[in-house]
Amino acid sequence: MAMLHTVNKSPFERTALQSCLGHALEGASVLLFEDGVYAAMQGTAVSAQVSEALGKVRFYVLGPDLRARGLREDRVIDGIQVVDYDGFVDLVTSHDNVQAWL
Amino acid sequence: MVNEGPYNHQASDSAYRFTKAALDKGHEIFRVFFYHDGVYNGTRLGVPPQDDRNITQLWQELAAEHDLDLVVCVAAAQRRGILDADEAKRHGKDADNIAERFRISGLGQLIEAGIKADRLVVFGD
Amino acid sequence: MSEIKKFMYVNRKAPYGTIYALESLEVVLIGAAFDQDVSLAFLDDGVYQLTKDQDTSGIGMKNFSPTYAALGDYDVTKIYVEKESLEERGLSLDDLQHLTYEDEDDDWAEKDSIRLVSREELARIMDEQDVLLSF
Repeated sequence: MAMLHTVNKSPFERTALQSCLGHALEGASVLLFEDGVYAAMQGTAVSAQVSEALGKVRFYVLGPDLRARGLREDRVIDGIQVVDYDGFVDLVTSHDNVQAWL
Repeated sequence: MVNEGPYNHQASDSAYRFTKAALDKGHEIFRVFFYHDGVYNGTRLGVPPQDDRNITQLWQELAAEHDLDLVVCVAAAQRRGILDADEAKRHGKDADNIAERFRISGLGQLIEAGIKADRLVVFGD
Repeated sequence: MSEIKKFMYVNRKAPYGTIYALESLEVVLIGAAFDQDVSLAFLDDGVYQLTKDQDTSGIGMKNFSPTYAALGDYDVTKIYVEKESLEERGLSLDDLQHLTYEDEDDDWAEKDSIRLVSREELARIMDEQDVLLSF
């Protein structure tokens, strides 16, 4: 089992995602939610970095937060799994510990 | 742990939705601890517009349904003017404002939650 | 409560601009009474919390930085500071307070509380924790 990292800030405003990726070990998971979901989209300044990180960590993005912001699931980077709040709960219980990158 | 007040940040909404989902799936929530501006979740004096959600009320309903322990940190609450009847009396204030189903207690409650619960999830800014 | 858990307080925010650093420290002081395996991590802007020569007289806020020096008395002796975070901010250990504790297992010898660790080392230490409190 491994660690679940949560990122709730836009990568264009804060360093939370950068810092998270700098500390996420191989096999860890990252959940993007709230304004963190902007990092899940294709064609942004951080997409390449997120895609590269997908080789090392699993990425999840909270669907309700995507939809609230008018972001389409088909524009989410390949390999990122969309989950709902039930999925968020499952991620918490299926990992050893949770680090929130506030 | 909820670190932000309602409305200004999404943290309270996310924490509420997460908590509700966990309870609906049959998990036990040992405690919800409100810290920093999160203590504002526990005021009973908020009057959001009719077409907006009332986060304090949502917490209260969830607490009533699941016997949820909603704890507001006393030190953070005193700083920000969230008081129960005892605290108001002790500090010579003419009113209290804690919402029903919330209780004010010490930071030890957060540490205890960390020890007793299998996981601790932090919602903040 | 016989169970001992690894608690890490993760500090990533600078002091004074927001209250997180101060209220995080308040949790650490209360938490010290619970006999858990406690450590503090300072990374990103959190390293600014430990700088020496803080003087808040001009902003009317309480200077809480001396409290970090008292952590040793609370048996909080593992303070991890991330090397890369310091370097990115043009800082070195010399810019931080010298924090110490007395080691009861070593005839009360005075030892450094601050452990300078790389990002990778810190990531592994974080991974070992049971509870990560971030503010």
